[in-house]
Amino acid sequence: MLTDRLAPVFDEPGCATNRAKTDAQRKAGCKPKGPAPGAAAGGCAFDGAKISLQPIVDAAHIVHGPIACEGNNWDNRHSASSGSDLYRRGLTTDLTELDVIQGSEKKLWKAIRQAIEKFDPPAVFVYQTCVPALTGDDIRAVCAAATERHGRPVIPVEAPGFVGTKNLGNRLAGETLLEHVIGTREPETTTPTDICLIAEFNIVGDLWQITPLFEALGIRLLSCISGDARYNEVTYAHRARASMVVCSQAMVNVGRKLQERWGIPYFEGSFNGVRATSEALRTFARLLVEQGAPADLIDRTEALIAEKEAEVRRRFEPFRETLAGKKVLLYTGGNKSWAVVSTLQDMGMEVIGTSVRKSTNHGKDRARDLLGEEQKLLGAVPNAEMYRILREGEADIMLSGGRSQFVALNARRPWLDTNQERHHPYAGYEGFLVLAERLALTLDAPVWDLVNGHAPWEEGYTP
Amino acid sequence: MIPTDSRRVETPRKALTIDPLKVSPPLGAALALLGVERGMPLFHGSQGCTAFALVLLVRHFREAIPLQTTALGEIETILGGTDNLEAAIRTLATKSKPAVLGICPTALTDTRSEDMTADLRQITQRLGDDLGETLLVHAPAPDYVGGLQEGWAAAVRGIVDAAARPRPRRADHVTVLAGAHLTVGDLDLLRDTIEAFGLTCTLLPDLSGSLDGHVPETWSPVSLGGTPRAALDDLCAASAVLAIGEHMRPAATLLGERSGLPVTVLETISGVKGADRLVAELSKIAKRPVPATLRRDRSRLLDSLIDSHFAAIGQRVAIAAEPDMLRALVTLATDLGCRVPVAVTTTKVPGLDALPADRLLVGDLDDLQTATEEAGGCDLVIAPSPAIRAANALHAPLLRVGFPQVDRVGSQHDTFAGYQGSRRVALTIANAITESHAAHHLRPPAHHHHHAQTEAHHDSATPVAPY
Repeated sequence: MLTDRLAPVFDEPGCATNRAKTDAQRKAGCKPKGPAPGAAAGGCAFDGAKISLQPIVDAAHIVHGPIACEGNNWDNRHSASSGSDLYRRGLTTDLTELDVIQGSEKKLWKAIRQAIEKFDPPAVFVYQTCVPALTGDDIRAVCAAATERHGRPVIPVEAPGFVGTKNLGNRLAGETLLEHVIGTREPETTTPTDICLIAEFNIVGDLWQITPLFEALGIRLLSCISGDARYNEVTYAHRARASMVVCSQAMVNVGRKLQERWGIPYFEGSFNGVRATSEALRTFARLLVEQGAPADLIDRTEALIAEKEAEVRRRFEPFRETLAGKKVLLYTGGNKSWAVVSTLQDMGMEVIGTSVRKSTNHGKDRARDLLGEEQKLLGAVPNAEMYRILREGEADIMLSGGRSQFVALNARRPWLDTNQERHHPYAGYEGFLVLAERLALTLDAPVWDLVNGHAPWEEGYTP
Repeated sequence: MIPTDSRRVETPRKALTIDPLKVSPPLGAALALLGVERGMPLFHGSQGCTAFALVLLVRHFREAIPLQTTALGEIETILGGTDNLEAAIRTLATKSKPAVLGICPTALTDTRSEDMTADLRQITQRLGDDLGETLLVHAPAPDYVGGLQEGWAAAVRGIVDAAARPRPRRADHVTVLAGAHLTVGDLDLLRDTIEAFGLTCTLLPDLSGSLDGHVPETWSPVSLGGTPRAALDDLCAASAVLAIGEHMRPAATLLGERSGLPVTVLETISGVKGADRLVAELSKIAKRPVPATLRRDRSRLLDSLIDSHFAAIGQRVAIAAEPDMLRALVTLATDLGCRVPVAVTTTKVPGLDALPADRLLVGDLDDLQTATEEAGGCDLVIAPSPAIRAANALHAPLLRVGFPQVDRVGSQHDTFAGYQGSRRVALTIANAITESHAAHHLRPPAHHHHHAQTEAHHDSATPVAPY
């Protein structure tokens, strides 16, 4: 039963929120309140699972469900690939009424075969959705049979939308990898500096801002879960010497279980901004040396950090004046709710509030430390209030995801995308400079004067 | 000759859909409900059903999209989601106070066969005064049948069913049921055309008032404009009902029954003949001759067809679109003298087989690519933006139409309807072909560019930029 497998995911010792609970609360699971009908926003568990696994670029990702689950949803994130683009294809069984009446296991079986014949992928991920879960399709059995028949892994991802939130789906995707993928193959060689990144999805090439730093230090990214990943490298994650959970809210269970099963130390970190990036590199160096890497890695890391931080300071100069003192409303989630705060502060900007509604307790603590005032930690801000904050000039700019952008834009204030639909990578030292440039360009865009000005026949017109 | 027997629309039963052309019917229903002033669609399903539709609508329109969910979990889905539905309606009716609240079932509630009509009746009774002025509309568009236009059609029929009341006939007023294939730009043109005859009109739905990309004065939790609430009560107060698009027929038939008014369904108002039918019909309703401005528009269209045909004749255009959009596009392309080797659509509807395309398929964007390759390639692809992959593989430019267009801004202002819209499309097709061919001019014959399979073609250094 799926519910049996859900219980351990709810009881995640690596999750600070969970640790803070009583036994009874823990047993109740991660959604004690549940989303409110008529006042809910956000994705479902299937959404979260797909986001987490789809960046595995050479796999076929088949969505077993009606057209809503894939037709409205395929190729909609900017996870980048350096090779195959099979992951961007929209593959679905597109269930019809007849399929539902007759049972759709056979259709799924055929769909898997067709995907393998057409694309010859190293592996197939099959995503369960609400309707076949409701009618009782046994996708585990179909996938097991298909694995045998086709001689390659066909992996069931059991996170139908109605079991919970996007975040739960992220974790169920992690469980899927732990059950079916990680540790199933061995890398040809290993090195004392092999690492694994967890919940780094290479949005618009974020990862590629970081990999040159690893290369400069002789650190090998053995396994990335799952940005720009090939299926094989995900199976190697158990041979990493240290791992970093990039978006801790999403997949902390993977980091913890890598430690539990294979003794791989992990830490929660971020590549958002200079401070976070330096801290992540430092932690990796320390953990790797503790695991037996040459001790000079620590000094070389410090030297690289010093060099990069000096370079960032120099190249940031042209943006300093534009950004200084500008007030930012930050409405985002995960590690960004604190990591971006420190970034913006480093740029001389003032964060008037950050939303921690999707943060871990660890994240909330860090945001509180950075902002100093509890009231700057925001929960869900109603759109009307957000509009007022911007319209009345309490914030000069909002940084958020695509869905809330129109609150800022309708208030005729600058807005910058910090989520997965953005077009620019903000990770690492280079990403800091990219973000600084985008902020400066956005704040200075002539459009804001024009849209806030008046027509000649209106009050307040100035020629 | 193009064969026209009704069996020729191919409906391959594929286990694996690759790159869907279809979006979900509830998304179409939601879009129609957003074309009503202070409208609010509510999906009865899991959170994800709403989130996916919302994100896609935002990516296309780049506007705020009011859309809510009953947020069914596993337990509610199994035991029945009526409590969630009632809670959601109560919350929205008391907080956001929409003029029209449209209930859109999803595959999830459909699979369980919930009796929504009965549920809604009981919920309405229980809510009593809490419902306030909010009109509840049932938009039954199961995920399993069709795509956007089918959902749109169900929502419009639902609005007519909930709102249309007997009214005295109103002279020189037309109630127009506008199909999903009409853009904001088309609706503006349509209204101007009607008003050119001294007529007034009610457009239902009217995205030109809500999703036309204006900067509103305040934040609104419901749609920013569209068919006024008061006009919904007066749908029957007209002298005629005009429906644009075959998929509007069920709503038009219902409105005809309620009102006793004459009903005309125009399959398409694109192309010379389609636009002529519209103008002739309006002339009949208004009992007035066709005004000079429209005669001039017609003449301009004819001239643009003459100018465009040089580039277009004999060119091969592959098209993928929902049925009524496909009708308009195939008509426009073949009016120009293009050949349509492959036309792909989302669902089989009556009358499609008469379209002058060599092959007609119900399928996906991979079918578009594969069938066009089998037919020897094409010079131009006309389809929604996700077809960019197929177009690149076919080494042909892509003219973006329909929904979604996620890599374009302002696509809602592109026009396809009437003399003016047809003229724009004719010129756009000719220019796209000319631009694409310009790269090949003055090259040796070995680089002769289309009909695919030659090696010279694939090795060609010609850049294949997306249109």
